[in-house]
Amino acid sequence: MSSTLPHTTQPGSDTAPATGTARVKRGMAEQLKGGVIMDVVTPEQAKIAEDAGAVAVMALERVPADIRKDGGVARMSDPDMIEGIIDAVSIPVMAKSRIGHFVEAQVLQSLGVDYIDESEVLTPADEVNHSDKWAFTTPFVCGATNLGEALRRIAEGAAMIRSKGEAGTGNVVEAVRHLRQIKNEIARLRGYDNHELYAAAKELRAPYELVKEVAELGKLPVVLFSAGGVATPADAALMRQLGAEGVFVGSGIFKSGDPAKRAAAIVKATTFYDDPKIIADASRNLGEAMVGINCDTLPEAERYANRGW
Amino acid sequence: MSDALVIGVLALQGDVREHLIALAAADAVARPVRRPEELAEVDGLVVPGGESTTISKLAVLFGLMEPLRARVQAGMPVYGTCAGMIMLADKILDPRSGQETIGGIDMIVRRNAFGRQNESFEAAVDIAGIEDGPVEGVFIRAPWVESVGARAEVLAEHEGHIVAVRQGNALATSFHPELTGDHRVHALFVDMVRENRNPGAL
Repeated sequence: MSSTLPHTTQPGSDTAPATGTARVKRGMAEQLKGGVIMDVVTPEQAKIAEDAGAVAVMALERVPADIRKDGGVARMSDPDMIEGIIDAVSIPVMAKSRIGHFVEAQVLQSLGVDYIDESEVLTPADEVNHSDKWAFTTPFVCGATNLGEALRRIAEGAAMIRSKGEAGTGNVVEAVRHLRQIKNEIARLRGYDNHELYAAAKELRAPYELVKEVAELGKLPVVLFSAGGVATPADAALMRQLGAEGVFVGSGIFKSGDPAKRAAAIVKATTFYDDPKIIADASRNLGEAMVGINCDTLPEAERYANRGW
Repeated sequence: MSDALVIGVLALQGDVREHLIALAAADAVARPVRRPEELAEVDGLVVPGGESTTISKLAVLFGLMEPLRARVQAGMPVYGTCAGMIMLADKILDPRSGQETIGGIDMIVRRNAFGRQNESFEAAVDIAGIEDGPVEGVFIRAPWVESVGARAEVLAEHEGHIVAVRQGNALATSFHPELTGDHRVHALFVDMVRENRNPGAL
């Protein structure tokens, strides 16, 4: 279409349009708030998600439940597959790179995806460093299990945070744990005075400036979604009542009996998260939910949430 | 109704919080609107940025689309940003199947006209009727207006494309003033709501 437009300047205009600014990246996530982002593996699934009211789709080759089942190394998806999904829908398309695999991220940016998820669901490529996300025009979303982790990702340039949960389990318990942890740590900062914030930054292993900003705002400086284990409309509403600004649903939709119906039901419950009557109606006759895994039987080595540092 | 102006923000999905803050800063009582009975209580309405397909679908599903159309047709002041601009267009150039709009402005919009997220940008925009220099335009996968009818007034253009329009009590921008902390466009809208409720008071 007019992809060259923002880079050109008309004669006489004094300031050139700026792409890839923090405001444009973070602002993009603001537009997703109150919505559901769904994992899809084919263009057909992407269309079902869009028709159900998803605000964005995550294009990947296998949903986390299958990555868990298949084992082996999980990598960025095939560019053909991602482009097929980009062409199929008009809503934003996200895709995952491995942690620290900045070349996969470069490839995703060149494909024109709207957001890159530097994701613990894929096998990490670097066990020390995450990608330098400031170096990209495409914004990044990253997972976090606590406030310090969230702020380290934001310091690296993440423009959106999702609590990690435990992807591919259909069990919301870890999502609740991580979101509560982040919210509690933010609430605690609110009570600190200026002297204490320096020590808090040291404890959180996060930059002082970001810690101070969170203490003043009472929230992260970027949008906070929840992910990893949401399988029902009530799960989605729970995460929103706990303070998530929206939800990612991975395996929960297309591993269930009636994906189109479940997807639409989760969208409704996410918007009317505080109205039990609407959540009840949305929960009727959805068919079978994904089977799910009990997280306390999951060995430490198989917990994706432990990936990322 | 009390003396305070009550302005709603359609809260089905999108950057509702930022609009509530901007309206409050422009001296209105701002509240989210998700139900027909909440819509009935407001003097004006903002349709926020978000995903236009999602907002449209939820508005139909929860019985808001017809009440929204009725109030806009009856002259309730309304302001749409980005997805909200799409919702206020009488016609979308490239709608998804079944995508409906509230309408209210005689214009044709093109969705995602400025490109995907990598092409999203910030640029200074001069708006007719807004004084003290240009506003910072934040364009995110933004639409533009292909053409307007005789009743619609073009308020701003960017590189030859229409990005702000007003028709009577309906206002729309391709960009997001709610993300900038500059509340002049919201103040203009609050004035429109005040003028509509108390004609000649300004």
